[in-house]
Amino acid sequence: MSGITKKFGDFTANQNINLTVHRGEVHALLGENGAGKTTLMNVLYGLYKPTEGTIKVNGKPLQVSDPNVAIANGIGMVHQHFMLVDPFTVTENIILGNEPTKTFGVLDLQRAEEEVRQLSQTYGLHVEATAKIQDLSVGSQQRVEILKTLYRGAQILILDEPTAVLTPQEIQELANIIRNLTKAGKSIIIITHKLNEIKQVADYCTIIRRGAHIDTVQVNEVSEDDLAAKMVGREVSFKVAKKQRERGDKVLEIRGLEVEDSRGITAVNGLDLDLYQGEILGIAGIDGNGQKELIEALTGLTKVRSGVVKVRDKEVTNRTPGEMINKHRVAHIPEDRQKRGLIFEFDIAENMVLEKYNVPPFSRWFTLLWDKIYQNADLLVKKFDIRPQDSRVLARALSGGNQQKMIIAREVSNDPELLIAAQPTRGLDVGAIEYVHQSLVEQRDAGKGVLLISFELDEIINVSDRIAVIYEGEIVGILDAEGVDEKSVGLMMAGGSA
Amino acid sequence: MDVIIQDIGFIIGTTLMYSTPLIFTSLGGVITERSGVVNIGLEGMMYFGAFAGAAAAYFFQDPWLGLLCAALGGAFWGLIHAIACVSFAAEQIVSGIAINFLGAGSALFISRILFDGATQTLTVVDKIPQPLNFLFGEGKLFPSSGFMDLVFNRFATVYIAFAMVFIVWFVLYKTKTGMRVRAVGENPEAANTLGISVVKIRYGAVIMSGFFAGLGGAAMSIAVVSRFSNTLISGHGFIALAAMIFGKWKPQGALVACLLFGAAKGFEIYLGAKGVPVASDVLAMLPYVITIVVLVGIVGKTVPPAAIGKIFEKGGH
Repeated sequence: MSGITKKFGDFTANQNINLTVHRGEVHALLGENGAGKTTLMNVLYGLYKPTEGTIKVNGKPLQVSDPNVAIANGIGMVHQHFMLVDPFTVTENIILGNEPTKTFGVLDLQRAEEEVRQLSQTYGLHVEATAKIQDLSVGSQQRVEILKTLYRGAQILILDEPTAVLTPQEIQELANIIRNLTKAGKSIIIITHKLNEIKQVADYCTIIRRGAHIDTVQVNEVSEDDLAAKMVGREVSFKVAKKQRERGDKVLEIRGLEVEDSRGITAVNGLDLDLYQGEILGIAGIDGNGQKELIEALTGLTKVRSGVVKVRDKEVTNRTPGEMINKHRVAHIPEDRQKRGLIFEFDIAENMVLEKYNVPPFSRWFTLLWDKIYQNADLLVKKFDIRPQDSRVLARALSGGNQQKMIIAREVSNDPELLIAAQPTRGLDVGAIEYVHQSLVEQRDAGKGVLLISFELDEIINVSDRIAVIYEGEIVGILDAEGVDEKSVGLMMAGGSA
Repeated sequence: MDVIIQDIGFIIGTTLMYSTPLIFTSLGGVITERSGVVNIGLEGMMYFGAFAGAAAAYFFQDPWLGLLCAALGGAFWGLIHAIACVSFAAEQIVSGIAINFLGAGSALFISRILFDGATQTLTVVDKIPQPLNFLFGEGKLFPSSGFMDLVFNRFATVYIAFAMVFIVWFVLYKTKTGMRVRAVGENPEAANTLGISVVKIRYGAVIMSGFFAGLGGAAMSIAVVSRFSNTLISGHGFIALAAMIFGKWKPQGALVACLLFGAAKGFEIYLGAKGVPVASDVLAMLPYVITIVVLVGIVGKTVPPAAIGKIFEKGGH
């Protein structure tokens, strides 16, 4: 692939990227979340059309207009979210779209099962050909996905974050499978941001940052530290002005917290954490290491399996979101402001009282007191400089930055003990980012406890007083943000030792 | 004793007769919903099919041509539904409701033109034949009006319906095409990444559902009765839809559910004919009540195809 550029509207996901993969080689694509790795691979697999650039397979230029062309040219992709039909059997999933038949299009399932068994033996991919997908473990489902590509004669396999959902044992198994495949002359492109896996299986590594090609290196010539530095990068970023902090009482105490994700896999795994008044504690970590589940547990959105959460020394484990907000004064700036932060079809004033519309002064008996609701919003709109300055404008009509201001205004005006900010600057422009950061610091200076969860290491280091690194559902280290070494944090985030 | 056996024969016979239109329509429902497209417009397609079948059979004096026209008429509305739901990603329920009005409205409109302003066709003389009729009667294998006659001397549509249940099951579960239809209904994104055209599969399935609903309508208008009238279908399309759901989106399940409804209907007619001192309105309720009670009690939780009713747009994010 050479000179690949992919734009979505004004947003450039890939900027002039080159990638060369040789036969029998494992090539890692390394980059932070949103760096453009998956986009690049979707271009190769024909799911996206590149804005510019050319693709050559075996020296032959190729227009990969849709996945059929990719498949026909020996390119197979295992998506991060598996593309399997759950009620179908392993065999049915593998042959789908390429079914062996007898006369009149009658399926020859016996022959298919035989072929699947043979494939799975050849490459050491053990799955039961007649089992249903819905009864299989995630690791087995992944093996089915790999078999799907091999059944179609794939020579180049793209694995998109293949270890994200696997257990350590399954990851070991996958490494063996990858070795078997390369021995058979297949090429593997593996998308990842876990450094130890790259060191373990990859021959070459291409690093992408913010859509741009940073470097391609031979893995055995570089250290994990080098890779981390290239991945995280050193960007000019304005320092957030902060006064000396005055640590107060303990606001949040978490002991031995375990939370399962929606698939029933342990996502938060025995996490301990303390947060004090007047400090910003940043949770640094790569997406998918339990941040989402941690936030949901702290805001009452999900039940915890075990462990204790205390807010100001009161146990609040497994309380409802309503109790967390109103009784324990936990405010939450959610990661997804469109889905969880706002109701798009409500106006600013309505959005401002989502958590307290049912209490005075906003309601009496069964009626809402609209005068009060709009007065409240008019005040907040001015104070937080939300534009347009009109409480009757629908939330959907505001820019991302102003939507975030609305949420901050609402949460902060609740006078919280604890403010949880999840990815608060995602998708915002520089000005809005600065505003959000200042707001967080203001809350800290006002003596609140602020928990900042972000995938942007720069942001964590800039804004936080202390940094807790989360990896596979555990806090693997707590550092003082003052004078912290970016590289060592990046290394810890990727599971390396500092 | 003979009377009891004869009564049972009568009930079984009526059951078969009344189940048949439902079976056809229900099969149509199975096909479309298996591909992930809800088709609440089955009622309208059945209605139009009933009219088209009766009108064609009347004018061409050929019941088979009537049956064909009914199927094609239903398929036409299936095509409209497919264009709306698949190509234009319309809300499937809304499109279905519109088709219920359009199917019925257009049938009545054409009826008024063809039959002097009447909202019903004239009597069809050439009804669907009873293929086993030669076995029954004076000096034949079985006497007329006996148990065998009552049960087995049925319209050809009855036998076709049963054959269709088997054929649809075979196609859905034993052929390449059927597997693709089911895959598209469960996970269209996965099918798409394997190079299967979700659009083509869904078009085919939705058109086939109209085809079968049309057959169901004709099985009513030129077999069970011998003319189309504006109250003929009145809800049978919805019953068929419910039967499909109770039958867990499977042809064989839908068959059982349709037979159950037909049996309740047969029982109602039997009680009515016996002159049971119960208001006829209450008797007419019977099929619906029995069906709901039995099916809710027996069937339990059903799992629809995972992608049902969801709009699929290629490369959509």
